[in-house]
Amino acid sequence: MKIVIINYGAGNIQSIKFAIQRLGYEAVLSDNVEEIKAADKVIFPGVGEASSAMKKLRESGLDKLVPTLKQPVFGICLGMQLMCNSSEEGNTVGLGIFNVDVIKFSNRVKVPQIGWNQITNLKSNLFKEIAEKEYIYLVHSFYAPLCKETIAEAEYDISYSAALQKDNFYGTQFHPEKSSSVGEKILKNFLEIV
Amino acid sequence: MLTKRIIPCLDIKNGRTVKGVNFVDLRDAGDPVELAKIYAETGADELVFLDISATEERRRTLADLVLRVAEKVNIPFTVGGGISSIEDVDILLQNGADKVSINSSAVKNPQLINDLAGKFGSQCVVVAIDAKQIDGEWIVHLVGGKVPTELNLFDWAKEVEQRGAGEILFTSMDNDGTKDGFADEALYKLSTELNIPIIASGGAGNVQHFIDTFVYGKSDAALAASVFHFKEIEIKDLKEALQEKGIPVRL
Repeated sequence: MKIVIINYGAGNIQSIKFAIQRLGYEAVLSDNVEEIKAADKVIFPGVGEASSAMKKLRESGLDKLVPTLKQPVFGICLGMQLMCNSSEEGNTVGLGIFNVDVIKFSNRVKVPQIGWNQITNLKSNLFKEIAEKEYIYLVHSFYAPLCKETIAEAEYDISYSAALQKDNFYGTQFHPEKSSSVGEKILKNFLEIV
Repeated sequence: MLTKRIIPCLDIKNGRTVKGVNFVDLRDAGDPVELAKIYAETGADELVFLDISATEERRRTLADLVLRVAEKVNIPFTVGGGISSIEDVDILLQNGADKVSINSSAVKNPQLINDLAGKFGSQCVVVAIDAKQIDGEWIVHLVGGKVPTELNLFDWAKEVEQRGAGEILFTSMDNDGTKDGFADEALYKLSTELNIPIIASGGAGNVQHFIDTFVYGKSDAALAASVFHFKEIEIKDLKEALQEKGIPVRL
């Protein structure tokens, strides 16, 4: 199986690469359109600020590529947020894969949310053999509200989308690569989607 | 529900764990990676590696260590100690660290906080603050509490938040090493006056101290070293005790 992690200069990709390695697979980093298109599975990572990450995607032309991919694609954290319509962070448009707008947490809670929270209302094969209320690790100030494409919820001030799915596109707000054995299982589920 | 975090801290010198570790079941207790794996498996929510080496090769040794930890450990970790530039942070994050912690370098050059938050995002910028009380006022100190500054703890903490820190790691030098409990009054003030997470550090001696810092100190996370390293407190037992008190933890 050929696994490609999209390398566009945004994010902690080393940890994702190692997590995939611990599961017995190998992933390559790439910004090459043909190589990404040819992969069996594509991981779309992201850490940092939304508008500057979108800028980097545009500069490399990858903003056009990602929404056209046919194989399973997995956006993680900011990667998931960029797959939405827009983000309030830096007022940027997104890739428009998920029909939802990313907004900031209110000041009623500490921002960013940092730590382990629970996922509920699990609805996708991404969560095969994952129990309700399992703990996952999150670090974020912006979130995708609940929507038609929500496949897992978390609660922080309000209930919001901890994961999204539309067709072959998957996204988690949490970091599976940092979420202990639960996260590794979710990552494994993605890699084993047929 | 977001849980309270328990964070063991490992002191690192020249890529090795510094003294004070009593893990009989480890092949090599001096290897930070082995120790980190054990903590990840026994319920730690996060890890902090604090580098205290002062050699020329420090940067490279630390970057190598971060890479080895990221390879084996499946929970988040923060790296601190002597970090003073964007280049330092860039290599540590590239190698797999989730967050970096800056302390003296932030006091000497506060703009560094803005620069790091701008380039890498607030979520990976932890500002560590060491402070102790002088004539009733909490004063920020440098060099492990040896050198006083002009800064008031609460003023500095607010400035740090405004400049873009994602989290504050507050160590009370009055409590550190005493095993008499965390500085919960100061922590309460920080936690209620600021809107970013506060990690309590310094003073952990027993389970009740952790309960107190979450209940009275309103801390978001608690960091400790020796009580974990010497197995005076098992993380699992600690978390069960916290849960019994109605404090949300990951079990």
